[in-house]
Amino acid sequence: MMPDLGKYAGTVLSAYAISLVLLVALVALSWWQARRMKRRLDAAETRYRNG
Amino acid sequence: MSLWEYANPKKFIATADAVLPFVSVLAAAALLTGLIWGFFFTPDDFRQGSTVKIIYLHVPAAMMAINAWAMMLVTSLIWLVRRHHVSALAAKAAAPVGVTFTLVALVTGAIWGQPMWGTWWAWDPRLTSFLILFLFYLGYLALWEAIENPDTAADLTSVLCLVGSVFAILSRYAVNFWNQGLHQGATLSLDKEENISDVFYIPLLFSIAGFVLLFVALVLIRTQTEIRRRRLHAIELRERMA
Repeated sequence: MMPDLGKYAGTVLSAYAISLVLLVALVALSWWQARRMKRRLDAAETRYRNG
Repeated sequence: MSLWEYANPKKFIATADAVLPFVSVLAAAALLTGLIWGFFFTPDDFRQGSTVKIIYLHVPAAMMAINAWAMMLVTSLIWLVRRHHVSALAAKAAAPVGVTFTLVALVTGAIWGQPMWGTWWAWDPRLTSFLILFLFYLGYLALWEAIENPDTAADLTSVLCLVGSVFAILSRYAVNFWNQGLHQGATLSLDKEENISDVFYIPLLFSIAGFVLLFVALVLIRTQTEIRRRRLHAIELRERMA
């Protein structure tokens, strides 16, 4: 299944690995921040409404 | 219906909630198709060997790094002219996405350059203008964090965005302005003769579509977060005053 990357295997694989780590980290961080902020705002609005 | 309706934070959040699942699924599908097709099912280039597979990351990331700045420029101008807060927050939300894409483009470019050019880095017009764009992204993010008043921060970052646009334009057209340096000309062209072969071109189009949709999804979700952060800040202020 793995293509034969020849003498450039290290080059290609490192480019893919670093890029995917950066992109996955960006998506995970954005998603986590979104969930956290929504939860905090919901709690604050409930607290504010109930005085 | 007017575009300006989305300047209403509630309307923006509701619309983003409705659109996000579709955009996210399409982004994942296009990106996976482009990368899997490009990595596993395309041949080596006769000159560059298997390193040509880096094109599916490098070109879309570089393209979106510049386009993200262009989007920030438009939303910054809207903030400066019409004072819509959602617009300023959308620019703020796009910056971390843009800086990550710029970093991906710089890193993959360096890794690709080493075996092809014999060096990780050269002070080539395109590479240099891209590095300056990266530094502008970092400066833009730092400026948002450094200023406490959100309207002042939006004003100053918008001006910085206008200045940085010069380097975004230079990054895109540097290879046309100066016929020197190591970086090749544009990868994609409307001229069939100049364009890359279809065997690389079609998976590249999927990858580009994936990056565009990923950018849209991330900007939507991050803008929602920024709107909520501002609302939370307002509630906490009112609670402290009471």
